[in-house]
Amino acid sequence: MIQLIDVSKSFNSDSHTVHAVKEVNLTIREGEIFGVIGYSGAGKSTLVRCINLLERPTKGKVLIDGVDLTKLREKDLRAYRQKIGMIFQQFNLLGSRTVFENVAFPLKYRGRKKSEIRERVLSLLELVGLEDKANAYPSQLSGGQKQRVAIARALATEPKILLCDEATSALDPQTTKSILRLLKDVNRKLGITIVIITHEMHVIKEICNRVAVMEGGRVVELGDVVSIFSKPKAQITKEFINSTSNLSKIDELIKEKSQIVDLKAGERIWRLDFHGSETKEPIIVQLAKNFHIEPSIIFGNVEVISDTVLGSLIVLVKVDQEREQEVIKYLEEKQIKVEVIKYA
Amino acid sequence: MHSLMANYTPNLLDYWPEFINSIGETLQMLFFSGIYSYIIGLFLGVLLVVTREGNILENKYIYRALDIFVNIFRSIPFVILITALIPITKFVMGTFIGVKGAIFPLIMGCIPFFIRQVDMALSTVDSGLIEAAQAMGLSPLGIIFRVYLRESIPALARSITITTVSLLGLTAMGGAVGGGGLGSFVIRYGHNRFYQDITYVSVVVILLFVTIIQFIGNIVIKKTSH
Repeated sequence: MIQLIDVSKSFNSDSHTVHAVKEVNLTIREGEIFGVIGYSGAGKSTLVRCINLLERPTKGKVLIDGVDLTKLREKDLRAYRQKIGMIFQQFNLLGSRTVFENVAFPLKYRGRKKSEIRERVLSLLELVGLEDKANAYPSQLSGGQKQRVAIARALATEPKILLCDEATSALDPQTTKSILRLLKDVNRKLGITIVIITHEMHVIKEICNRVAVMEGGRVVELGDVVSIFSKPKAQITKEFINSTSNLSKIDELIKEKSQIVDLKAGERIWRLDFHGSETKEPIIVQLAKNFHIEPSIIFGNVEVISDTVLGSLIVLVKVDQEREQEVIKYLEEKQIKVEVIKYA
Repeated sequence: MHSLMANYTPNLLDYWPEFINSIGETLQMLFFSGIYSYIIGLFLGVLLVVTREGNILENKYIYRALDIFVNIFRSIPFVILITALIPITKFVMGTFIGVKGAIFPLIMGCIPFFIRQVDMALSTVDSGLIEAAQAMGLSPLGIIFRVYLRESIPALARSITITTVSLLGLTAMGGAVGGGGLGSFVIRYGHNRFYQDITYVSVVVILLFVTIIQFIGNIVIKKTSH
């Protein structure tokens, strides 16, 4: 378990002070995949470096399983860091060493036995699917393969925690997916707590259990991924969620006065949000039956997050003003959130 | 061969033993001042890099002192440096003439140059690697040996090549002020007595040295780059 208690970090330059992280309180549970999302400059990279004290917090405590890392002596801290693996956006492999030597690097430094190192490295390379690349140099690998080597290296000393600093940001979507799958595997098989820093909402959506949204050095929203996606509160969270779906396109269409959203008298555009599990009823058909409303779908979006379906539809309906409230109430009883986007 | 040399390089033939001796002296100066310069320069160069602001052993005072030392000694022309160092040279080496007297100023002239070369070579090591090593719990000393030095071997090989070539130039200059070697040989005969063949053959020998140094350097760089 990782606890950040009232953690602040500021950087002093000659002329001014930058407060990168401000009074952050977080508890990351054992064995979960925890995401931290924010735009660049939000302080998320600094925050993750506060966990292994690559950046020493100006204020606050960093507790890992109850041990306050800020109180450890340099030497003990270095020894403790074996228990916290870390991977980076730029992979940071040692270019003069082969894949095998890279993974063996932290073990060799700890003076482990040669036979033990060999066994461990080979099993790690098998785990990340790179057994055949043991003697290759990093320059001969693709980005995805490099990150796999970095993951193997980070796991070499059998850490309890794996910190991922924008680990997929330099990779293409396909490779990102396979790396995320690997991380999920690692989390499940080895029970390692994973902390992921990213600016991409789809990374969070793909593998995280819980997420903290950061803005201006503070955590502005925190929760499990499904509820963050279904009921975002902070403006910035909504922006991030919009970035993964095409739903925000409706605003553009309205702004551009597109023909599709050119409404006649009595017509409206609604946005319907529904949880998959709660909406097995044929809502559209019932609208037609009960209210003689025939919504036409402009477009929709479905997210599957931790086996929960989150759907949204943008529909065009023709309904009388008096009846509209009644219909909306009916839908909301069926756990469908209705938002009127545009009136005629 | 003998008649060929008698035709084209008559003076060189007359001073042949001295010529061979001079080459030996040049190599001696190159070897001894090189060894000391590289060892001391590498140590100080690493110290300069790791004590720089934001680095693993940040230390304003050591960094500033080294930086100023390098800048001052690099800006003094070598011929003047030799003369200025005479009292210290005499104290340290016991003499300030000949090969023995040349080695100390050569070291003093070469170290600052090499420190800058080491500085540049180590700067090719991505700061991300240092961060990764820190995250793995390496100590500063571990980072210096296992990351900085190890990762910059090709760049350091290049530094040593460049420095050796430049040191070769310095050994010749040492000849101007009472040192030995090819430099003083050429000044004595090529310059003062205007035996041009001696000058040109010496040029060829120096070129040969440079080529060999460069050749070896390139092989090492190629073997160590991945």
